[in-house]
Order: sequence, then C-alpha cells, then structure tokens
Amino acid sequence: MRLIFITLLALVLATVVGLGSTYLTATRGTDLGTLTIGAWTARPKSGTADVDPYSRASIARSGELPIGTGDGIAFSATSDDKRKPLDGRCDVVVSGVTPAARFWTLTLFDRKGHLVANSLKRYGFTSQEIIRGSDGTFEIRVASRSRAGNWLPTGGIERYALMLRLYDTPVGVATRTQRDAPMPSISTVNCP
Amino acid sequence: MIRLLFTIIAGVLLGGVVHLVSVLALPRIASQDAYSRLTPMTKKNAVTALPLADPENAPMPFMDPAFAIAICRYDLADGPLKLTVPVSQAYTSVSFYTRNEVAYYAINDRSAGRKVIELDLMTEAQHNALPEDEEITAADRLIIDSPTETGLIVLKALAPEPGLMPQAQASLVASSCSMQTDAPPVKAGAPSGKR
Repeated sequence: MRLIFITLLALVLATVVGLGSTYLTATRGTDLGTLTIGAWTARPKSGTADVDPYSRASIARSGELPIGTGDGIAFSATSDDKRKPLDGRCDVVVSGVTPAARFWTLTLFDRKGHLVANSLKRYGFTSQEIIRGSDGTFEIRVASRSRAGNWLPTGGIERYALMLRLYDTPVGVATRTQRDAPMPSISTVNCP
Repeated sequence: MIRLLFTIIAGVLLGGVVHLVSVLALPRIASQDAYSRLTPMTKKNAVTALPLADPENAPMPFMDPAFAIAICRYDLADGPLKLTVPVSQAYTSVSFYTRNEVAYYAINDRSAGRKVIELDLMTEAQHNALPEDEEITAADRLIIDSPTETGLIVLKALAPEPGLMPQAQASLVASSCSMQTDAPPVKAGAPSGKR
C-alpha cells in the first residue's frame, strides 16, 4: 500500500514538474541564444536551421513563422529602457537611429501577437514613411491620443509589444553589442 | 521520512526527463502551429496569397502588416518543385520552412541579384539522383535541399508605403511554384542514353 502511494506521488510530481516547466519555457521563452541591446531582444538563431529546442517549442506553440536569417532579424521590446512595461495609456517615445538595413519596420502588437485596432489603420511604420530630423535620427511617439509627427496609436491597451524588424541587414548571429547594432531608445515620458 | 524525501527527489528528476521529452516533442504534436494554421487556406504546390494582416483576422501572430505575403505549401513526394518570383520594386524575399517551422533557407532580391528569383526545391535524395552533368547547367539555377518532404515557402513583398501595397501584391500574383512536370524526365533520360 505504502509503495503504491509513494510511486504514485513520484509520478504525479514528475508530471507536474515536467509539463509545468515546459509550459513556462514555451510561453515565456528562455534566455538561450538571445541578443539583448537596450530594451530590445532578438533571437538570431531562430531564423537558422540550428535553432534551439526551446525556441522551436515556443514557435510551434505560438504559431508564428520566425524570420529567416537571409531575410532579416526581428527585435522585440515589451518594456522601456528603465524596465518599465510598455503601457498603452502612457506616452512612449522611441527615438534614435537603427542599425544598417535596407528597410526596417516598427510594428505594435498586443502581447499575443495581434495587431491593435485603431481608426487610422496604422499598425506600424516602415523606414520610408518615417519623418526624420536633419541628422537622420527619428522620434516616434507611441500613445493612445494623436500626437504631432510620427504617431503610433496604441488603442489604449494596457500591455503591448513593439517589434522592430530589419530586412537585408548585416545584423545577425555575429552581432553582440550596441556598437554593432545601434538600437533606438525607448522611454516612457508621460503617464496619466 | 527518508523514503518521502527520496520520493520527492525521484519525482523531480523524473520531471526533468518529462520536461526534456515534452519540449522536444512539442513541435511535432502542436496543433496550432503555422503549418496547421495555413493548411486549410492554402493549396498544395501552388502559390496562395494571404489576406493582409489586420486586427480582426491574421492567419499567424506577429505578421508584418507592411508586407504582402503569399504561401506555397509544398509536398515533394512526386518530384522537385520550381519556384519563380518576380522582384517587386522595394524588397522581395523568399523563406523556406520545414514542416516543423525551422527556417532552413531564406534569400532576398539583392542576394538573388536579378529581376526574377528562380529556385529549384528538392529533397536531398532527389538532388543526389540528378544526373552529374546537369549540375553544370545549374550555374544559373539555384538548387535548395529541403530537409523534409513537406513544408512552407513564404514569399514576401514589401510595401514601403500603404499606397504601394497593390503593386507588392501584384508582383506576388505573378509568381509561381509548381512541379517540374515535363523537363526533368526528358533530361534524366538523355544522359543514360548517351552512355
């Protein structure tokens, strides 16, 4: 009787620990092979054939297609430079320069990867649409109410993610630091 | 007491094994992965344009709304595939994914270096079965080896401004992805006849 109980306990524990940790790593992701520059994180290996098993699991779970290395690289940010989560009710400024790339796009998604509805039907910017300063830098204001200049509407949702995708770029598996890839800064300027 | 401690340790260790096995198995058993999502809305061995990503309906999460996207869902069981994609004005790329969403190859218009991206897709076995002297004429044909028999080819054309989207979509409509029907059997027969 005691032996059966103990075996059952061990098996239940194994299932809970095993599947629980798999669920956590597949939904939240791991730090395996990530490239972090400022608030931005990328997984350069996800676009190659030697992608790690944890990334494969989270890709299969979410249903996305990772961007191939010969195509480009995707950086995502869910918090600003001070680690404050991006809040759609605040004004967030994305400013500076981007790494060398033929094109880039900046897109706003909710945490599950859906676009956020707004009356302008503006879900992001491409590098050609952006209004720049005379020195080539840009400033995008991510806010729920309309702003002058490059305004990216949030629809007032609480948590969102920004995704900066560089196309035809030297940034990739060999990139390590801010010097190789100068990413724009993200700062929350005004919060009600 | 010691026995209970032993049970917990054994349970956690076994849990580690369960974790590793389930992580490795997840790509195979996932039912909501990109391939499964795209299967009902795409044709086999043909190019299908995807609707533009918008908040209400997007076939996949994290799709880039600045791109016109078309999918060729391939099955190489009956022979190699020929892919032709005319280059759009701004930026065009072709990415190859296995059945389990491993991006094994991607090329953009600049690395292709011409007005039309032309590729042959085949399995490794089919590549090895190619006649040796055919490879010389292959200088202008790029041959891609697919690790799996089925998979996805994603064709993307960028619309740098929303107004350019129709052009980007038009360039993808002109692309094709089809079985190499007549050419290879004839070529494969010719060299053996000479020898």
